[in-house]
Amino acid sequence: MRFPGWLRPTMFLFSLLVLWDLAVRAHKGLLIPGPLAVLAGIGELLQHGLLLKYVVASLFRVTWGFLLACVTAIPLGLALGWYRRGEMALNPISQIFRPISPLAWIPIAILWFGVGDLSSIFLIFVGCFFPLLLTAVSAVHTIPAVYINAGRNFGLSSAAFVARVLYPAVMPQLLVGMRITLGIAWLVVVAAEMIAVNSGLGFLIVDARNAGNRYDLVIAGMLVIGVIGLLLDLAMQSLEQMKSFRWRSSED
Amino acid sequence: MSQPKRPRVWEKVFWPVVAAALLLCLWHCGVQWSGTKIFPFPLSVEKGITELMRKHVLWADIGDSLRRVAIGYSVAALTGIPIGLCLGWFPAANQVVNPLLQILRPISPIAWIPVAIVFFGVGDPAAIFLVFLASFFPIVVACVAGVSSVPVIYRRAGRNFGLSDFALLRKIVFPAALPQILIGLRIALGVAWLVVVAGEMIAVDSGLGYLVIDSRNSGKRYDLVVAAMLLIGLIGLALDVAFRRLERVKSVRWGFRDAT
Amino acid sequence: MSAAHSAGTATTNRHKLRANQLGIVYERDGERIAALEDINLDIKDGEFVCVVGPSGCGKSTLLNVMGGFLSPTRGSVTIDGEPVTGPDQRRILVFQERGVFPWLTVEGNIGFGLSKLSRAERQQRIAHYVQLVRLQGFEHTYPSDLSGGMRQRLQVARALAVNPDILFLDEPFGALDSITRVIMRGELLRIWQTERRTIVFVTHDIDEAVQLADRVVVLSSRPAKIQKVLPIDVSHPRNISSPRYLELRDELLKQIGLAYEI
Repeated sequence: MRFPGWLRPTMFLFSLLVLWDLAVRAHKGLLIPGPLAVLAGIGELLQHGLLLKYVVASLFRVTWGFLLACVTAIPLGLALGWYRRGEMALNPISQIFRPISPLAWIPIAILWFGVGDLSSIFLIFVGCFFPLLLTAVSAVHTIPAVYINAGRNFGLSSAAFVARVLYPAVMPQLLVGMRITLGIAWLVVVAAEMIAVNSGLGFLIVDARNAGNRYDLVIAGMLVIGVIGLLLDLAMQSLEQMKSFRWRSSED
Repeated sequence: MSQPKRPRVWEKVFWPVVAAALLLCLWHCGVQWSGTKIFPFPLSVEKGITELMRKHVLWADIGDSLRRVAIGYSVAALTGIPIGLCLGWFPAANQVVNPLLQILRPISPIAWIPVAIVFFGVGDPAAIFLVFLASFFPIVVACVAGVSSVPVIYRRAGRNFGLSDFALLRKIVFPAALPQILIGLRIALGVAWLVVVAGEMIAVDSGLGYLVIDSRNSGKRYDLVVAAMLLIGLIGLALDVAFRRLERVKSVRWGFRDAT
Repeated sequence: MSAAHSAGTATTNRHKLRANQLGIVYERDGERIAALEDINLDIKDGEFVCVVGPSGCGKSTLLNVMGGFLSPTRGSVTIDGEPVTGPDQRRILVFQERGVFPWLTVEGNIGFGLSKLSRAERQQRIAHYVQLVRLQGFEHTYPSDLSGGMRQRLQVARALAVNPDILFLDEPFGALDSITRVIMRGELLRIWQTERRTIVFVTHDIDEAVQLADRVVVLSSRPAKIQKVLPIDVSHPRNISSPRYLELRDELLKQIGLAYEI
């Protein structure tokens, strides 16, 4: 008997929810609530308009930080990928900055931007900059030499070459890197909001716990974070399908 | 548009040094020109590093951070690799479990802190749990991808030689998937390092992350803040380089040489 | 070179391309490897020259030097008297695979070098070359939906559209199955006879060389020197069972050192 594709995962999730509920009922007095309480929590947040407000705040910061990182890191990365010497110069420095958690920049962010939107956007920017830079560099390196040679053969000016050969050739790989980096941005914004800002989904989690151990809201917040993160990822994937479908290499 | 001439060997050292020197100059001038009383000069940071090294605390902090990474990461690898291999081997199982993973994955490990504190209390175990969470997903994803990307012809060849399922997994699929699994492990290590630092800023009172936030909170010692950041970067880089050396070990090299 | 030419050989006696004491030496792992040595070659306008030789002997390197993608270590290449210093629209290289841009349609690819023309002119040229290579109906198709043979035809169309003086083809049919290869040879000859250009065609396939070329240049193994230049004095269409054809073919096989009995 053929089941629809979504049936088994849904049943699996459902059975997990049931186990969760049973576990909570078995341990009275545990701070962690059951799934129904969490659902009620989501309802409560929606009712007070808080959920929408916080989701918008988080998305706003992610969008700005991510876009700023794209417009700085990608052109720089493409240039570095092309000019070996530039890459040689900046590679060691990037390699040292890359493993520094964006959150470690919080003291500097607060110093330069105070507590608020700007500093969280800065943190997201820092978190996205290096991954995007490295993706762009790597994308240029993996352009097949035939495309470059063909572009040179047709006597294109530098500007025309970049626009008509380099850019389309790196696009598929760039989009994949951007999707991964968007995921990173989403992780950073939540963490940043837990420490350095007063609104947003991360703040919701911290606030719910501090102001009365409302763990139903804590977990509600976590679920919303997960779902929105997943939606962002799917949105980027459909963008990838759309744009890079035609740009994928003609391999048999 | 012509290609620039091939760079020489000495240039590999020359240009980074030039870039670093330039950056330090800009930093120094920036601080001087802005007249800030708080943001440190490069030299103050260097002094800060030596100060940290003299105070024994630094080595304890580094040790704590590394220890948490080691434990959390190992547990993630020991659980994640078998789970990932199974999910990759049984696409039906993957189909069932995947949606759950896809929802849990975008939740920042930091967001798990309140839950972690309930189960583990404030302190080391909570931080280790965060590292475990952060490393777990990349490892599982890489294992699934690794197994599914083993070419069908390898599996067929194995069956042709009469291998049982388990032997097939052990002798053919696992080695074939190994390059990708290793890449996933390396990425997971990087993520673990990022998360341990972040986690230490909130949930514990030792470690490099804690050092960063404490230096600021107790006396606005931004020279120590930046010093700690640089150390974090250097150690993270060292971990990555060490792992890449491991990847080069002969028995695994074939996978990367073949890769197009 | 025999005076018994007929239709299918050079239209004038002007030298189109001249390679003078060409040599390429490159370094790998600290060792200096000579790829080409003392190549002297004169190619006439409108001629179809094939370059053959054992695998890895440097045929592609020679092509890349002539096209201006590599600089020779010694000697020079001149085209129409002008020294070759870099890639140029007047001499287009057709590659073995992955040469067409996957992000452009057939039309987009053929029109790639035509940005300086007016819209009407460009459309006209594209239509002309789509027809010439028999890709009508596929103007809006992407390369990923074309067969290997069609992609190579597209590459040739793209190359011809900019009206180059010389066409360099680097084993263009090497990635195709043998039936398609035979068809493509016919197509190339038909196109060449319709729009005459100078062609330098690298191949490792002896039959291909004898079927297509006016002259065949045989390169030795590395360091590659010109071992022999064999004129093919058979007029098109060439009967591949004619005695003269077989004679020339055997001569080539002997030159390369291959037996002609298996």
